[in-house]
Amino acid sequence: MDKIRASLLKKSVASKIERRGKIISLSCLALIILVVFLIFYFVASRGLATFFSNHINLWSFLSGTQWNPGTVGTNGQPAVGALPMIVGSFLITIFSAIVATPFAIGTAVFMTEISPRRGAKILRPVTELLVGIPSVVYGFIGLQVVVPFVRSTFGGSGYGILSGTFVLFVMILPTVTSMSADALNAVPRYYREASLALGATRWQTIYKVVLRAAIPGMLTAIVFGMARAFGEALAVQMVIGNATLLPQNLVSPASTLTSILTMGIGNTVMGSLQNNALWSLAMILLLMSLFFNLVIRYIGRKGKLNHER
Amino acid sequence: MKKSRVIQLVGLILIGIALGFGYTHRTNSNAGESITAVGSTALQPLVEAAGEQYSSNHTGVFINVQGGGSGTGLSQIQSGAVAIGNSDIFAEEQSGINAKKLKDHRVAVVGIAPIVNKKVGVTNLTKQQLIQIFTGKVKNWRDVGGKNLPIVLINRAQGSGTRKTFESYALNGHASADSQEQDSSGLARSIVASTPGAISYVAFSYLNSSVTTVKVNGVRPTDTNVQTNRWKIWSYEHLYTSQQPNQLTKNFINYILSAAVQEKLVKQLGYISVHTMQVQRSATGKITAVK
Repeated sequence: MDKIRASLLKKSVASKIERRGKIISLSCLALIILVVFLIFYFVASRGLATFFSNHINLWSFLSGTQWNPGTVGTNGQPAVGALPMIVGSFLITIFSAIVATPFAIGTAVFMTEISPRRGAKILRPVTELLVGIPSVVYGFIGLQVVVPFVRSTFGGSGYGILSGTFVLFVMILPTVTSMSADALNAVPRYYREASLALGATRWQTIYKVVLRAAIPGMLTAIVFGMARAFGEALAVQMVIGNATLLPQNLVSPASTLTSILTMGIGNTVMGSLQNNALWSLAMILLLMSLFFNLVIRYIGRKGKLNHER
Repeated sequence: MKKSRVIQLVGLILIGIALGFGYTHRTNSNAGESITAVGSTALQPLVEAAGEQYSSNHTGVFINVQGGGSGTGLSQIQSGAVAIGNSDIFAEEQSGINAKKLKDHRVAVVGIAPIVNKKVGVTNLTKQQLIQIFTGKVKNWRDVGGKNLPIVLINRAQGSGTRKTFESYALNGHASADSQEQDSSGLARSIVASTPGAISYVAFSYLNSSVTTVKVNGVRPTDTNVQTNRWKIWSYEHLYTSQQPNQLTKNFINYILSAAVQEKLVKQLGYISVHTMQVQRSATGKITAVK
């Protein structure tokens, strides 16, 4: 009797394993949270030093157009105006999303609605292959092919927002396509059946039912693509020209936050104003990716509510 | 179940023995006999090659060489994280660096020359023209004796050693106008080669037939002209150490300055030996003849 009692009160091997597993997975999670927190802390402490230790006005940082942190600008303050980079980053992100979206949705519709079998067999692997190509390859192709093409077709030196848009468009296309396809696949089958039963053609079903039901998912896909475009450094840096000038038109050399960051960070000394100013750019990037994340979550939650209704 | 336990146990013991063996024998393999040099990517090939030769002559000694840029090199040596900081520029020229705490070793000289796209049709520029071009006052090659082509400036990144040298000695200290920037010499050259009307500047070792090399005031960019300072656009390559470097660091720097390295390796890699210089230049740019 006592033996049974003891064996019942003692923890079984299975429950010990379970507890061990729990501890391991929890500590992994804690480590990741700690890393994220430390990154935020580090970037913020460096990035904010520009404003608190070097006494740069936040507004003049965001709206200034001169970028040369080592020297003094026309207003007597160090020239740390990040507007050209901010504008460059946003323009290139928005343009590449605008160009990529129709292609991505078209491909996704073909893959899921028109020819699912060929889509699954050929198109999906091909688009996923595009994801695996390193960004330096995209940049190199951009430099050798896109830049001369833009120069001969649109004029200018070929370096600028337009070339960057073309390169980024190809880079974010697979992300947006495969996520849109997932969104279309997630539309319940009975939506299509009901629509076809009411006498709608296939085009009418796709356009009026499936696409509309998948809007939240596709918006998430687009924002995801934009987040990728915003953070891309190397490929853009090779084709945009990296001039810290406000873009006059789409073929004049411009710059993005990431391109100036990667070019400048090795030439500055930790703790100096030049270095802190670059960290401030990094902080803007981090805040923007946080913003993109929040937008994705928001759209996702709204989409779920719509489906439940 | 039991068998696998035994195998696991044996495996653990083996690993333990191996680790223990490694730990007890670690002192024999010259632990601590390694130094790290970080910084300038322009100087990296020389230090790497010299480090390899030095290691093969002195068994068990390792010279780790990393890039990162002159700024990184100077800040790392200032904080004491590495033994040697490689830099293209004088520590005095870099903000945030206390040059008095560092010891300067000039190990090589690099000449820098302006390059233009082949279609420009210009092979010689006066210094005044060069300044006008880079400050954006002249916008077409027609105005400096070339073809009717708009000028496209390709600068190196802000804070790059090559750019600082070029602005100090080719543009007489004028800052270049805001323009396209590239973060490596190779990329700058290939962009000049492919972009009509482009002008940039690279170290002598990057000059080749894909671009036109420009004479300044009629002086050709050659090693001999740098050695006599007839060609003014050149800079030292520095190895910075703390005021009291350790023995291995001293030995390694002496090795780089030795005739063996200076006469062969330095030349092979496209640098100019410091021993052949007939002038020397101070951090403030003062030129004096070498005795």
